[in-house]
Amino acid sequence: MGVTVRVMTRERFPIEAGHVMLFARSIGDPNPVYYDEEYAGASELGAIIAPPTFVQADAQFNDSYPLRPKIGVPWFGSGRAPTGALRQSRPGGGSGGAGGTGLHAEQHYTYHRALRVGDVLTTITRPGERWEKEGRRAGRLLFSETITEFRDQDGELVVTARTVGVRTERVVEA
Amino acid sequence: MALSARKLEVGETFSAVVVEDLKRTQIVQYAGASGDYNPLHTDEIFATKVAGYPSVFAHGMLTMGITGRMVTDLVGDGRLRSFGGRFLSQVWPGDDLRTTATVDAIHDKTGELMVELSLRTVNQDGLQVFTGYATARVDR
Repeated sequence: MGVTVRVMTRERFPIEAGHVMLFARSIGDPNPVYYDEEYAGASELGAIIAPPTFVQADAQFNDSYPLRPKIGVPWFGSGRAPTGALRQSRPGGGSGGAGGTGLHAEQHYTYHRALRVGDVLTTITRPGERWEKEGRRAGRLLFSETITEFRDQDGELVVTARTVGVRTERVVEA
Repeated sequence: MALSARKLEVGETFSAVVVEDLKRTQIVQYAGASGDYNPLHTDEIFATKVAGYPSVFAHGMLTMGITGRMVTDLVGDGRLRSFGGRFLSQVWPGDDLRTTATVDAIHDKTGELMVELSLRTVNQDGLQVFTGYATARVDR
């Protein structure tokens, strides 16, 4: 989820069973409510649901997302050389940010209902606040906020996400 | 299993090891699932030689996802009303993480019985990597 500077509606974000299962595995969560139809069907949710941070995977369906390699487009990761392309400067950074200076500072979710397999979300993203701070180690810090609404096939809000990205002047090690 | 308010006390804490010896492969697995393939997380050569970091490091959202597993294990499936926080330090391959949830409040101000938790995930050196909060609907 990049921090953008304009309101935009993105492609549909279908909540698919295999994708939810792979995501749950990647965060080390063996809960069968994320992959077992029979178990989930008998739970109070009545269906396979997605883990609380799953909407972050909308990056898979967002054509303007800069941190997913795209077919036919040069990628800036290593190949023959340590970097494959000129790094592009991206305001704000997204999850992890771009090019070594954009980092994810904060993430906030409000859940309006459980997100279920079979839902088809549409996202609307708008910029929020911007502010600056002087960091002890990283120099000037530029914070920017993005608010994303995830609505279902009926136009109802499912999740509201607020992302804060920070750009630093220098590389910071924990 | 959902949480019952009867069994909860304000100030009570719950704690769990959420990952041990984080592997680069899990970071790559998260990249593949989430779609965030930033070479800072997936490409050791890029992360060290181009970006100047000591190695690749975990996505903040992987740390939050791992933390979230502890929270949903505690409050039950589909019970969260909010979940958020700040990424304070990077998480590196080899790190062990522990999440602690503290019960800040139990109330029914919104008509639903809710628990408010504060969350803290620390690494093997006790360094905070993520601090945040969650609110969840609980049973009587």
